[in-house]
Formats: sequence, C-alpha cells, structure tokens
Amino acid sequence: MQGLDFTVVAPYWDLLLTGAWWTAVLTVSAGALSFLFGILFAVAVLYAPAILAYPVRAFMWVFMGTPLLLQLFLIYFGLVQIGIDIPALAAGIIGLGLHFAVYNADVIRAGIVAVDAGQTEGARSIGFGKWQTLRYVVVPQAIRNTAPPIGGNLIALLKESSIVSVIGIAELVHSAQLAISETFRPFEFYITAAALYYILNLVLEAALHRFERQVEVSR
Amino acid sequence: MDFSLMSRVFPFFVEAALVTLELTALALVLGLAAAALAATAKMSRSAILRAVGTLYVSLFRGTPCLIQLFVLYFGGPQIGINLEPFSAGVIGLGLNIGAYMAESIRGAVMAVDRGQTEAARTIGFSRFQTLRKVVLPQAARLMIRPLGVNTVALLKGSALVSTISVVELTYTAQRFIGSTYKPFEIFGVAALLYMIMVYAVARVVDLLDKRFAIV
Repeated sequence: MQGLDFTVVAPYWDLLLTGAWWTAVLTVSAGALSFLFGILFAVAVLYAPAILAYPVRAFMWVFMGTPLLLQLFLIYFGLVQIGIDIPALAAGIIGLGLHFAVYNADVIRAGIVAVDAGQTEGARSIGFGKWQTLRYVVVPQAIRNTAPPIGGNLIALLKESSIVSVIGIAELVHSAQLAISETFRPFEFYITAAALYYILNLVLEAALHRFERQVEVSR
Repeated sequence: MDFSLMSRVFPFFVEAALVTLELTALALVLGLAAAALAATAKMSRSAILRAVGTLYVSLFRGTPCLIQLFVLYFGGPQIGINLEPFSAGVIGLGLNIGAYMAESIRGAVMAVDRGQTEAARTIGFSRFQTLRKVVLPQAARLMIRPLGVNTVALLKGSALVSTISVVELTYTAQRFIGSTYKPFEIFGVAALLYMIMVYAVARVVDLLDKRFAIV
C-alpha cells in the first residue's frame, strides 16, 4: 500500500481537460444524433408503411436488448468484416447516438400517442396535410411534453460515453488511462476523472433545468 | 455468415452467459440491500443520515459506472483493497445500481397518498406501524416496475466488467474474436444470448407487476 498523492495529477491536468472536452463533444454530437433519430424512429414506427415500420421496430428491439459495449464492438470491429470501415470517433458517435435514439424513440412514440386527437383533427380541418400536421402540430407538442425523460437520456449518455474509451477514442477515461500508464497511479487519476464527470454532469443538469423552465414559460 | 463456427462456440457462450447471470444476481442482491439502506437514510429524521444517503446516491449516479469499477479494481490496491475481478465486478455493479434503486424505492414510498399515513396515525398507529402495515405494502407494488427497469439496466451494464477481465459473456466474445477473426458472427451470438436474458427478465417483471397490481 502506497500513500495517496494527488499532486501527481497536476502535470497531466491539460491532458485530462482535453479528454473532458472530447467527452463533451461526444455527448453533444451523439446527443443531437439520438434526438433526430429518436424522432425519425418514433414517426416510422407509428406512421410508416409496414415495410419500413417493422425493420425499425426490430432494430429498436435488438438495441434495447443488448449492452451498449457490445453494440460499439459490433459497429467498430464487426462491420469491417462486411467491408464497412468506420473511424473510431465516428463509430463512437454513431453507436452512442443510435443506442440512445432507441430510448428517445420509445419516449417520443408514447408522447405522440398522448397528444390530444383534437389537435390532429383541428390541423386537418384547417387544411394541413398529414405530413404537415405531424411536422408542425403533433411532433412539436410530443417533444415538449417528453422533454424531461429525453433530458434524462442525455444525462445517461454523458456517463455512458465513457464506454467508447474501449475502442480507443481519446476522451476522459482514455486520457486518464494514458496518464496512469506513465505514472502507475490509477486511484488518483480515476478519482480525478470521476470528479470531472461529476462536474460535467452538474453543468448538463443545470442547462437542462433551465431549458425545461423556458419551455414551461413559453406554453 | 459462418454458421458452423456459431454452433461450435455456442456451448462456451452459454457457460459465459451463466456467469453474466450469476454476476447480475449477486449484484442485484447487494444493490437492493444498499438501496434499502440509502432510501431509509434519505427519508430519515436525522440530518446526518439524510446527508450520507444523499451523498451516496449523488456520487454513484453522477459518475460513470465504468469509472467506479476502475477506481475499485485498479485503484483499490493503493488504499489496501485487493479484490478478484469477479468480486470487484459484483461490488462495483451492486453499489452503482443500488444508487438508482434507492431512488426507485424512495419514489414509490413518496407516491403513496399522504392521506394513508395521516389516517393510520389518526387511528393510533405508531410511525413504525404506519410504515410497516400501511405505507410499505402499497409502495412495494409501485416499486416492482422501476426496480425491474433497474434490473434490466444492471443485466446489460454487467457487460462493463469485461474491462476488468471478468470472464463473462462480453469478455468471452472478445476472446473468441481474437482466435477466429469473425467479429460479426461472434458478437451476433453474444447479442442473441443477451436478448434472451433481457427479455426473459422483462417478462418476469411484467408478470410480477400484473400479479400485484392494485386494480
């Protein structure tokens, strides 16, 4: 047992902050992807013809039933076998994005179903097409009503983004591992990384809280 | 697709899936115990206990499970904690899911109508009797679904312990890829086994929820 010494972290502070920056970049880009595809999947499951709705449903079923780690391995190592070679960073963003898109789709689908039928009837009777009704009336209300769980999924995404370190993306965990390989001080560096995640988490929660309040006010 | 390969590796995968189940079951027991303690602490009248419960839940929910496992397994020896990969996996996963389950339990207890407590107290039940005979039986039913969701998350999250070299399903898949160079088939078999386990657990939760639903 060696004494703990957190001063070993100081020379690697820049490395860790760069890692935290990339964690934030991953979270934002995968978060945007998960939001867009969440809407697309939800609309496809509800309104698309069976030939499209069933594959989407099957895809959601598979992604909900398997670990994110395995999905990342499949996208990064597995697809190469059938000739699709994706760079690590893109594989990480796509994997995280699709994983959480499935959870967002589940929430948004329920939100769409819960929008009052009178809204659709009203929009249709003033001459909106089917697509316009969805695009301008139903989906916006569904998203507004499901903002809290979608925000919850984004918070989960921030933490789960640590997993992409296994395919070699230089985010926060990977930075900590690099520093540990030179200093052999896992405890100090992993605790510091945990503290940085905790701070990122607080910032994201505060931002989501503010956003939700704005949505509340604008109703 | 190489189906003969898939059938050859299948028995090894079933064995590995059993390790995943064992890991999940043990972590579930630990997690439920930690959650019950933490939820009780967070709802207690003592400010110190409330602070301890809040700190545990906030720290474990505010940081990634992967980092918690790494601190425990790789950082542990520096503070005198030497654990085998399997025990580190069970303890890390259990403490992590315990923080989420504490909130599920607390949410269910808070969801029981206040009037129930007031009525019980009015007819002379003590605080403990009220909790034991009136609030908990109702809260228990409300807990089934959220705790079930936590359990499914735990089962899927157990794949993370492959990074601290616990020989479970995901680790086994990685090892076979090293020797066969057929990632697509190998991960496919692993994914299939995860899905069977996940949807079996989800089904059990559904049945329990229906069985104990308040109609």
